[in-house]
Amino acid sequence: MAEPQPVLEMTGIVKEFPGVRALSGVDFRLFPGEIHALMGENGAGKSTLIKVLTGVYSLDGGTITLDGKSVRFGSPLQAQHAGISTVYQEVNLCPNLSVAENIFIGREPTRAGRIQWKQMRKEAAELVDRLGLDIDVTAPLSSYPLAVQQLVAIVRSVGTGDSDGEGSGTKVLVLDEPTSSLDRDEVLELFRLMRRLRDEGVAILFVSHFLDQIYEICDRMTVLRNGTLVGEHMVRDLDQVGLIELMIGKALDQLEELHEHQLRSDVGETLVKAEGLGRTGGIAPFDLEINKGEVIGLAGLLGSGRTELARLLFGADQPDSGTVTVGGKQVSMSAPNDAIGAGIAFCSENRKTEGLVPDLTVRENIILALQAARGWTRPIPASQRDELVAKYIKALDIRPANPEARVGQLSGGNQQKVLLARWLITQPQLLILDEPTRGIDIGAKAEIQKLVVSLSEDGMSVLYIAAELEEVLRLSHTIGVLRDRKLVAQLTNGPEITTSKILETIASGEHQ
Amino acid sequence: MTTTSRWRALTHHHLFWPVAVLIALLLVNVPFTPDFFSIRMTDGHLYGSLVSIVLFGSPLILVAVGMTLVIATGGIDLSVGAVVAITGALTCSYISDQADQNALSGVFLALGIGLVAAVLCGLWNGFLVARMGIQPIIATLIIMVAGRGVAQLITDGQIITINSEPYKLIGGGYWLTLPFSIFVVAAVVAVTVALTRRTALGLLVESVGGNAEASRLVGIRSVRIKIMVYMFCALCAGIAGLMISSNTSAADGNNAGLWIELDAILAVVIGGTSLLGGRFSIGGTVIGALVIQTLTTTIYTIGVPTQTNLVFKAVVVIVVCLLQSPKFRAKVFGAKGRAGTSAPAPAAPAADAAPKMEVSR
Repeated sequence: MAEPQPVLEMTGIVKEFPGVRALSGVDFRLFPGEIHALMGENGAGKSTLIKVLTGVYSLDGGTITLDGKSVRFGSPLQAQHAGISTVYQEVNLCPNLSVAENIFIGREPTRAGRIQWKQMRKEAAELVDRLGLDIDVTAPLSSYPLAVQQLVAIVRSVGTGDSDGEGSGTKVLVLDEPTSSLDRDEVLELFRLMRRLRDEGVAILFVSHFLDQIYEICDRMTVLRNGTLVGEHMVRDLDQVGLIELMIGKALDQLEELHEHQLRSDVGETLVKAEGLGRTGGIAPFDLEINKGEVIGLAGLLGSGRTELARLLFGADQPDSGTVTVGGKQVSMSAPNDAIGAGIAFCSENRKTEGLVPDLTVRENIILALQAARGWTRPIPASQRDELVAKYIKALDIRPANPEARVGQLSGGNQQKVLLARWLITQPQLLILDEPTRGIDIGAKAEIQKLVVSLSEDGMSVLYIAAELEEVLRLSHTIGVLRDRKLVAQLTNGPEITTSKILETIASGEHQ
Repeated sequence: MTTTSRWRALTHHHLFWPVAVLIALLLVNVPFTPDFFSIRMTDGHLYGSLVSIVLFGSPLILVAVGMTLVIATGGIDLSVGAVVAITGALTCSYISDQADQNALSGVFLALGIGLVAAVLCGLWNGFLVARMGIQPIIATLIIMVAGRGVAQLITDGQIITINSEPYKLIGGGYWLTLPFSIFVVAAVVAVTVALTRRTALGLLVESVGGNAEASRLVGIRSVRIKIMVYMFCALCAGIAGLMISSNTSAADGNNAGLWIELDAILAVVIGGTSLLGGRFSIGGTVIGALVIQTLTTTIYTIGVPTQTNLVFKAVVVIVVCLLQSPKFRAKVFGAKGRAGTSAPAPAAPAADAAPKMEVSR
């Protein structure tokens, strides 16, 4: 078949942030009437590329050609006028207004300065109808579930292009993780709308962390890694294992050589037992047993439910099914307090927003968990407090070794150590570490991994989440594999378990 | 070298600018009233401008101290003015009903009734904010508006005047040559400092205000802490209400404590506590309240025409706020600082502000 003309062509795109080159010379093209997946790991440059395309970021290099004309967008509005519409993960609409108002907000049909309500409702109804949706446009948006609101957002962005004098309709529709909070039926509805738009000739750029969805809906994909283009493929030509290899950047058999074992073989009796624990929109119900002194690693792509699993075990999110028992006793897990009382500690992957109190000092951040457990009326005596803090600053080699320093001014690695110290002081039975080594330097990374091994030897159980499979493999006795928000397999670590084996499990979704 | 570094340490102390402004404002008075700083003894009582500033500033200091803790949790309490009115109204109307207004038992009971009502207002505020998750500005607006109505209901829309010697002591009496109010304020400030810094309350309040989600994940019972803080703030406002009504021996549901919430918020901000929550400074707030009271006094001493004194006040407040802003200081004094010492001097306060900016988005 003859190669059609791409509607959008981006060549040699460069985007730099202070100290980081987010995109270095990326080429990207989009054809009319196709659904195109943009793939890559966290930090590969997907969102940067989308933001350059939609005018949120300015370009540092390269060209964008739309319909054969070279374009340069200074703002999202300009991109919209040119026919590039975007729908983000969170719905950016007004829930208190009607569906019709939301579709037409900012460009209501007016006559002599007055809004033509009747005409607006009629046009909105026609638009919704044409796209095969059954929505009452006069009802307030908030009366519909999130999934429908997402559809309305898409209708709105399609409609924007339609009625603009300056554009000739939406040519490119960017969907940035629209499915992350939808259930299966809602996803199907979304897909139906996407196919309809594709058949009308719209080029759709689709970003999702769910591999199955990519393979279900997309025609073509572009894979990024570390800000560079690693390939453009037709979806039918590339299987899931091949895709993951491209995203991670190593052939599976290469990974195997890195594998080494230095694990203790014996672990104690069951400490924490989760049965049927789950949360709609978070993670499907799972069973998990954690033994005393055992390190359980969680492997899976970003968005596969690793963090969600950990948060349920800590009571940070409320489960809507299942039970947790700790040391034989059932724990309600309705708030972090319950988990902390049962000896569970949790270091969130978001150090800044969910871990540190940046204004407080290192000392105050370190004693926070212990103090919270004691309550406000029983302050830790100053001498005991200073001794504890000094001990952990020394043991974890926190720099600067100044308990008075404001924690917000420390480097990422040292901040992570402060958070570790905060929980170690409480002497938990189970320590949950979500991406403890993300964004920190190599030295601190190695120290934290060593610490996990020694904690496990001392009898503490650890639930360890990391994006790097080698890390999980090196530290864990058992590896839980997640995919599409399900715990699909639990592998007992041994010589036959390799990173490629884990990758295969992630790709296939089943345990061979 | 040591003097410059000592000077820098001093100028970077969180109380430097509030204190500097206070001193400057006090000095402004000297050309107009040469004996401004003199204190004389008459009839066994100390008199002088400084004494009156503290005396007249007492209710504001009390309200602002309570407000500091509320603001430190990331909240705000607009209802304090109404609580001042309610407390005064309840207490005075109870005393005025007594056969013997000088009986100590009656007066103590009246104080108790007034303060319990204040604390209940705080409990209501805290309940709405912490349990119901209503935005503090809205939750406390309810009592701010309705509370004045309640106060007028209690006083039947009249100004209730009383004639009770023991009650008069709180806001208008003298003890050990000084106004009794000063002792009340000193006691409340001392108790607040002890309550927040001798226990872990201050740390937990700062943690909740500094990062609410992190605090939840670390197991802090923030609901309980917020309710306590709103109750404490209302208690402080209640004591201020007693003081104001005692000073005039009258309860005026309409005007008692009118707009005091705004002055209190201003005092907290001048004292260096961020409206975004987190770190707080009781000492800073006391100084902030004194700055505001000194400003009011100064307006009278230097003879600013009455019709322009609000404008004058606004100008001074703007200057104070600009001086507090690290960005402004870096712009105005930054060039000098860089030439004289080294670059990090203006950079440090800018870095201080950075995390707060993130929180606000």
